[in-house]
Amino acid sequence: MTDIGPPMKRLLLTLLLLFLPASNAFAALDPALVRQLAAEESDDKIAAIHQLGASAGAEAAKVLKAMADDQLLVAGEVVFLFDGERAVDAASGAAIEPAPETYESITVNNRVRSELSNALAALKLYDPDRGVRLAAATELQSNAGIGMVPVLAAALAKESDAEIRALLKQAHAQANLANPEVAARLAAVESLAESASSATRGLLLPLLEAANEPDATVRKAAAQAVDAIEARLAFGEILGQVFSGLSLGSILLLAALGLAITYGVMGVINMAHGELLMVGAYATYFMQTLFRAYLPEYVDWYLLAAIPVAFLAAALVGMLLERTVIRRLYGRPLETLLATWGLSLILIQAARMLFGAQNVEVANPVWMSGGVEVMAGLVLPWNRVVIIGFTLFVLALMWVLMQKTRLGLFVRAVTQNRPMAGCVGVPTARVDTLAFGLGAGIAGLGGVALSQIANVGPDMGQGYIVDSFLVVVLGGVGQLAGAVWAALGLGVVTKFLEGWSGAVIAKIVVLVIVIIFIQKRPQGLFALKGRFVDN
Amino acid sequence: MQTRRNFLKMTALSGLMALSGLASVSALAADTIKVGILHSLSGTMAISETALKETALMTIDQINKSGGVMGKKLVPVVVDPASNWPLFAEKSRQLLSKDKVDVVFGCWTSVSRKSVLPVFKELNGLLFYPVQYEGEELEKNVFYTGAAPNQQAIPAVEYLMSKDGGSAKRWVLLGTDYVYPRTTNKILRAFLKSKGVAEADIMEEYTPFGHSDYQTIIAKIKKFAGEGKKTAVVSTINGDSNVPFYKELGNAGLKATDVPVVAFSVGEEELRGVDTKPLVGHLAAWNYFQSIKNPENTKFIKMYRDWAKKQKLPNADSVVTNDPMEATYIGIHMWKQAVEKAKSTDVDKVIAAMGGQTFKAPSGFVAKMDEKNHHLHKPVFIGEVKADGQFNVVWKTKGPVRAAPWSPYIPGNDKKKDVPDSK
Repeated sequence: MTDIGPPMKRLLLTLLLLFLPASNAFAALDPALVRQLAAEESDDKIAAIHQLGASAGAEAAKVLKAMADDQLLVAGEVVFLFDGERAVDAASGAAIEPAPETYESITVNNRVRSELSNALAALKLYDPDRGVRLAAATELQSNAGIGMVPVLAAALAKESDAEIRALLKQAHAQANLANPEVAARLAAVESLAESASSATRGLLLPLLEAANEPDATVRKAAAQAVDAIEARLAFGEILGQVFSGLSLGSILLLAALGLAITYGVMGVINMAHGELLMVGAYATYFMQTLFRAYLPEYVDWYLLAAIPVAFLAAALVGMLLERTVIRRLYGRPLETLLATWGLSLILIQAARMLFGAQNVEVANPVWMSGGVEVMAGLVLPWNRVVIIGFTLFVLALMWVLMQKTRLGLFVRAVTQNRPMAGCVGVPTARVDTLAFGLGAGIAGLGGVALSQIANVGPDMGQGYIVDSFLVVVLGGVGQLAGAVWAALGLGVVTKFLEGWSGAVIAKIVVLVIVIIFIQKRPQGLFALKGRFVDN
Repeated sequence: MQTRRNFLKMTALSGLMALSGLASVSALAADTIKVGILHSLSGTMAISETALKETALMTIDQINKSGGVMGKKLVPVVVDPASNWPLFAEKSRQLLSKDKVDVVFGCWTSVSRKSVLPVFKELNGLLFYPVQYEGEELEKNVFYTGAAPNQQAIPAVEYLMSKDGGSAKRWVLLGTDYVYPRTTNKILRAFLKSKGVAEADIMEEYTPFGHSDYQTIIAKIKKFAGEGKKTAVVSTINGDSNVPFYKELGNAGLKATDVPVVAFSVGEEELRGVDTKPLVGHLAAWNYFQSIKNPENTKFIKMYRDWAKKQKLPNADSVVTNDPMEATYIGIHMWKQAVEKAKSTDVDKVIAAMGGQTFKAPSGFVAKMDEKNHHLHKPVFIGEVKADGQFNVVWKTKGPVRAAPWSPYIPGNDKKKDVPDSK
């Protein structure tokens, strides 16, 4: 040990630390207490954390933070941490020369970790920065136990910011649920009734039983509070289900939009459609690799760069397929089906040879990780929100291309009446290639989105081919609007069924529903009127 | 044009390689022993199984470098059953009757093991199965080097019930829809009931293989957890579905301190493709973790890292080791010891010599093949995910535990014999 102060002085210091919370002094911590952090039993560790947390010093915060990050190390009897390159004794702050050769970080399990985060949050309640205090209060709001009551009460007395006060009040009430005083419990239950989180409801539910809550008035208040919270939660739950249905629908739509052109509009049964999605996903992976290697500071924006690259890559592959194979088979659906299935196998094998058979890792950029809490109990993950937005973007892009450009006009003309379009001078062969390329490119964009939520591997396309055809056929062949409604409908129906019956049954039920629907209405949701259908 | 030429070149090259491989095999047939490796190198299970193929090749290379088995070199025959269960049976038939391998190391999912079993029984082959599984099986032709339920599932649930594990009172049993998760959950349900957990406090959910949309399930777990009792999730999700599952878990903000998830088929390898920062504290139960510190393990990790570099594996600088890899490594070494003891690669003689074999495993303990029941005695570890994707061991058994393949929590098992039928 580097601490060589006389024992009396040390004792005094400890007492000072324990009973007179030092405001911000650079004071050494009690070495015995710090060593206790490395104790074998979790109970001992937690006791030490509580004492250090109560001392409210910057040094204690530093040590506890290091412990929460697995950076508090122990070598024999010495508990230390690295301050840059320098090994520093955790208690005294003195440098240790030379740094210990072998050491282990102190084991922190979930129970210790939640105590640590509480203690750290409590230490931050006095931070001058409002943001830090808000984060700390949010943290405590979901975790506070009875031990935190005095700390929370003191913080509440000092706090002036309304938002933080509201959070602290909730945390204080929550901690007070275990208060032996009936009045305190009653007040706690009443203020918790304003909450809308399922965690709070979870805390209140046990109070409904006489075995857990002896006082009848508290039981009654708790029952009312639970009812109030449940009413708020039920709404959020339905919204959540609708959202996840929309999210699934948007993914189905992205996967199927390309097919809506190649199959729906051009009539090519393209079994290699899934592989075009894969090309888009691998293009995303490729851009991520490039950015990591050459532009590491902009790595979070690789996804934006991947959008045009994926579009072009998939469009090129698509046009190549059309030029070499598919154009020779127009009007022969069975042969097209077989040939494109063969092409899909070739593309899968090519991906295996280029990138390996294993899935590759495509990371969510930081701005797409995590979620936003739109209301209590309803967290919308960013990646899904972004994908819904992206779907709208692709849809708009496609609408403009098909309705407002010359190419779109040609495509529509050729698909509706090929000989007539040829007669008035539309280069039908070139239009076919371009239209197929457009469909493939849109599939590539779908691949970009899929890479963010599903696995990217050579076989990934196989999982989407059935769903894609389902959407296009259900929506009505030759219709873009039909695909939109079909995808959203399938998404929402699947999600509600999943919530009710589980994922496996839901999948079966959806297929059965679609089969019955197609039996009754073979033309799909929206039928295209005119000569095209009669053929 | 360029790509086509490359493609042609590559095809020609691989053809040549295959030919030369065949030639060298037939020339050396007399002084070599053929070893089959049966792991999915593509499809949904490739995420887990590819590393096992590499481990097997590495171990074979290590054995060859130190003189082979009885002076004979081992020649690996690698096939890819592509996560396709009937193909597993086909490929194993090919290995046993066409390639005439003396032993096969392979399979991950129980459904693949069940599909190859009839082939191994019919042709009297020898299979080393390296993955934790549901038990309820004891075959003469198979040695199980992974954990039985009492060496993984039951201790993990007991830990979550303990004070340190969070005193869980309510349970979500979540799995992929096939034999391993269904049987494990049957055992766990019976176990939980024996501990006084009510039927209403258990939720069971299954998803198909390759499922990638976990929004509904996470929402259900959240709701189930908010009903007044501490909830824990036991996940037997297998394959690459784990990546979207953990991504969704992180994005939905379900923290380990609120609802811990303990997984039985997720290790260091599966977490490589996931940002583990939001997952800190979620658990896994295994008989080995890379983070265990002992000289055997240091050697094992270094050997695998060097192998990855030498073989230029993708992301060779970040490769990890995990439990089934360790079990593969133990299995191959034990088979070698048994062959040397039997002085023959004859399947029946090797089976007879396997019982009682010991091996100093990277887990830091001596793993022993049980004299009777074809399973290993292994220690149990429970680890929590750290921010760097490794596991922090928070609980372990004092020593190796004997496997009980017939779980006492399934009625009727008390009458089952602890030895395989010898026919």
